[in-house]
Amino acid sequence: MTILLELQGIEKSFSGINVLKSVDLTIRAGRVVALAGENGAGKSTLMKIISGIYQRDAGTVVYNGKEVTFANARQSMDAGIGIIHQELNLLPELSVAENIYLGREPTKLGKIQWDVIESQSKKYLAQLKQDIDPKTPLGKLSIAQQQMVEIAKALSLNAEVIIMDEPTDALTDIETAVLFEVVDELRAQGKGLVFISHRLGEIFQMCDDIAILRDGEMVHQGPVAEITEDELIRHMVGRELSDQYPFVPATPGDVRIEVENLTAHGAKEISFSAHAGEVVGFAGLVGAGRTELAKAIFGENPIQSGTVKIDGKPIRLRSPQDGVKAQIGYVTEDRKQEGLVQSQELGTNMTLTGLDRFCNVLGFVNKASEAVTISEYIEAFAIKTRDANTIISNLSGGNQQKVSIAKSLVPEPKVLILDEPTRGVDVGAKREIYTLINKLKAEGLCILLISSDMPELLGISDRIHVLSSGKLTGSFDRDEATQENIMRCAVAGQTNG
Amino acid sequence: MKLNTFISENKSLIGLIILMAAVSFANANFLGVDNMLNILRQTSINAVIAMGMTFVIITAGIDLSVGSILAFAGAICASLIGMDTPLVIALLVTIIVGAGLGATSGVIISYFNVQPFIATLVGMTMIRGATLVYTQGRPISTGYFDVAESFYQFGAGYILGIPNPVILMIVIFALCWFILSQTRFGRHVYAIGGNENVARLSGINVKKVKILVYALSGALAALAGIILTARLESAQPTAGLGYELDAIAAVVLGGTSLAGGKGRIFGTIIGALIIGVLNNALNIMDVSSYYQMIAKGAVILLAVVVDSRGKSNA
Ligand SMILES: Nc1ncnc2c1ncn2[C@@H]1O[C@H](COP(=O)(O)OP(=O)(O)OP(=O)(O)O)[C@@H](O)[C@H]1O
Ligand SMILES: [Mg+2]
Repeated sequence: MTILLELQGIEKSFSGINVLKSVDLTIRAGRVVALAGENGAGKSTLMKIISGIYQRDAGTVVYNGKEVTFANARQSMDAGIGIIHQELNLLPELSVAENIYLGREPTKLGKIQWDVIESQSKKYLAQLKQDIDPKTPLGKLSIAQQQMVEIAKALSLNAEVIIMDEPTDALTDIETAVLFEVVDELRAQGKGLVFISHRLGEIFQMCDDIAILRDGEMVHQGPVAEITEDELIRHMVGRELSDQYPFVPATPGDVRIEVENLTAHGAKEISFSAHAGEVVGFAGLVGAGRTELAKAIFGENPIQSGTVKIDGKPIRLRSPQDGVKAQIGYVTEDRKQEGLVQSQELGTNMTLTGLDRFCNVLGFVNKASEAVTISEYIEAFAIKTRDANTIISNLSGGNQQKVSIAKSLVPEPKVLILDEPTRGVDVGAKREIYTLINKLKAEGLCILLISSDMPELLGISDRIHVLSSGKLTGSFDRDEATQENIMRCAVAGQTNG
Repeated sequence: MKLNTFISENKSLIGLIILMAAVSFANANFLGVDNMLNILRQTSINAVIAMGMTFVIITAGIDLSVGSILAFAGAICASLIGMDTPLVIALLVTIIVGAGLGATSGVIISYFNVQPFIATLVGMTMIRGATLVYTQGRPISTGYFDVAESFYQFGAGYILGIPNPVILMIVIFALCWFILSQTRFGRHVYAIGGNENVARLSGINVKKVKILVYALSGALAALAGIILTARLESAQPTAGLGYELDAIAAVVLGGTSLAGGKGRIFGTIIGALIIGVLNNALNIMDVSSYYQMIAKGAVILLAVVVDSRGKSNA
């Protein structure tokens, strides 16, 4: 098999900390290589070195037989290397088509050919089975749809080497299946692919080879067929991990939240209730209205009719401020645009919602007690960071997610809404988050869990509601819930409108 | 390592020191105590306005109306003093008027979704117009009551040899520093500038914070108007023309990003001092005022270019 790209002895440090230690990696034509590793292991950094976003400190990159150094992303793109970034790099104000062709708009006599851009965009989106009007402003799309646009962008480059950094973390099974069909096609065309995912099942399903990074070192490389999931996890975390979904049966307390006939943008007449001390899961396809429902309960999505009661008392929800006041915590699915201020420090981000805890009546912040809480969470969640002053955008994706969850817990909420809480989180940390959810549940927190990761939803929910096209189409207790049941309800509303 | 961070975090301070060293070589009188106090006094008005502007710019906004608010507030204050209003009341009323004008911009910006540039541009025009109407285009004298004398002292007097405006500037600096770095409000200001969506979803009352920020900017512009009026013993209808630009320049020279979310009040003071030293140096070196404008623009450009180069290399 021809080698497309070969990395040798790659080294990279950030402010004195060595995050890649003499890493080798080979990308072959017609094969998909999985790159696995814990949060902060260096996966994204390695990919950014290939694509010229970061510069390596040492080592060589050989592409098509020639040693190359890309000074920026444009150069690698022109050379035929496409990358789908872990953090979406799209501009919400521009249209879908503009985003796909940003910076390389085809022109004729200096005039941009909008019709070409739009028809081409439509073509690539259709290949991904996405029926999205290319003129739609990108910000109007769901995260999953935005992810599909990012993938379409990579396809439109017609690249030889395609790097996919956690492309599936925002997708449900249906879109993931579509993506995998496309990956199969690309593989058949002889492209070389790199696939990063924390959903280990996908690695075994999709990939030919595997490369495992631990703390910046390549600890294993070989064909996927020759490794078991347990071995993979052991290589990643350096120890055994048992029981991925530790479930503790709930001892539900009083009814904590009651949602009655709630109608809001994207959600129609939804009623359900949840008790203190239980985890209620919400399943559904992309666009089913789960996030819209969550945002309505939090006060961000204006409620058109219906009521939300906490502890039996109806609450007014005109803004997220009301949601916070009613002791509702919300971990957004989109940590970049909605969850964390990317340009600011870990610490100030973590306490942004719950700052009142550290303030006196005059609004003075007690920085000492704030710092104590911040370091407690850094430790409890095993957040990989130099200190609390690290800028969020310099953390690895999974560690950002942990900060995001900690941020929602600082104000000590009664109801916690988790919207894709393990997006981009590694196996070990996922398990830590599940254990944490169990602990919070035992302490009497009422948790609403939205997740596109079906095994996760089945694994840790006490009950599961299914949404489809904004309506509640099914409810299951833990022992009745199966993947098939849920899927049936998830597509139910779709066919009859 | 350490030294590097120090240099990159204190570029404006280092710039100021280099500038002062250069000027003192060129003119021996420059470093004298009298001249230093003179510079501080001349800087104080711009510095007070620029500190309010810093809050606004950290929220990713801009306030073009400060020069007009300064003039309007000055006129109000002069007539109050002229009517023998007790000093404290006259000062308070003037500052409240300034805060009210600023808050109005804030309301327009946050409730009607008007861009800060436009909202405060409109404010700048209308408030200047109102000042001209109110003063009928003529200066308003502070009059001959006793209170006029204490008002003059407020702006032109000294405490322990330090000009009152300089003391005021230091007090405002301490206050602003405290608010920005030690209070919940300060955190919210930074968060809004960093990402307004995130701030809102974190339960921050974004509208309220923005209104307060513009109110603060208006109040400090009014305070600057008071200082100016007191020193001149009269309010000029054209006072403060173009002051918004000097304030913005001071903020930017101080390292606060116009994109919002980042900035320090200390930097703004340094930025204001750089402009003050530059003005003073060009004056004592007898550079004609036409050339002064060119020289000032060039230095600001240089500073901003150095700053943004540092950022992209980081
Ligand atoms: N620009 C940067 N400045 C400083 N440190 C950085 C920067 N980019 C990455 N790092 C650090 O490098 C390490 C590796 O990060 P990287 O993003 O490559 O991890 P990852 O394997 O992709 O993790 P995840 O699975 O969470 O996405 C982390 O400790 C991270 O904090
Ligand atoms: Mg990553």
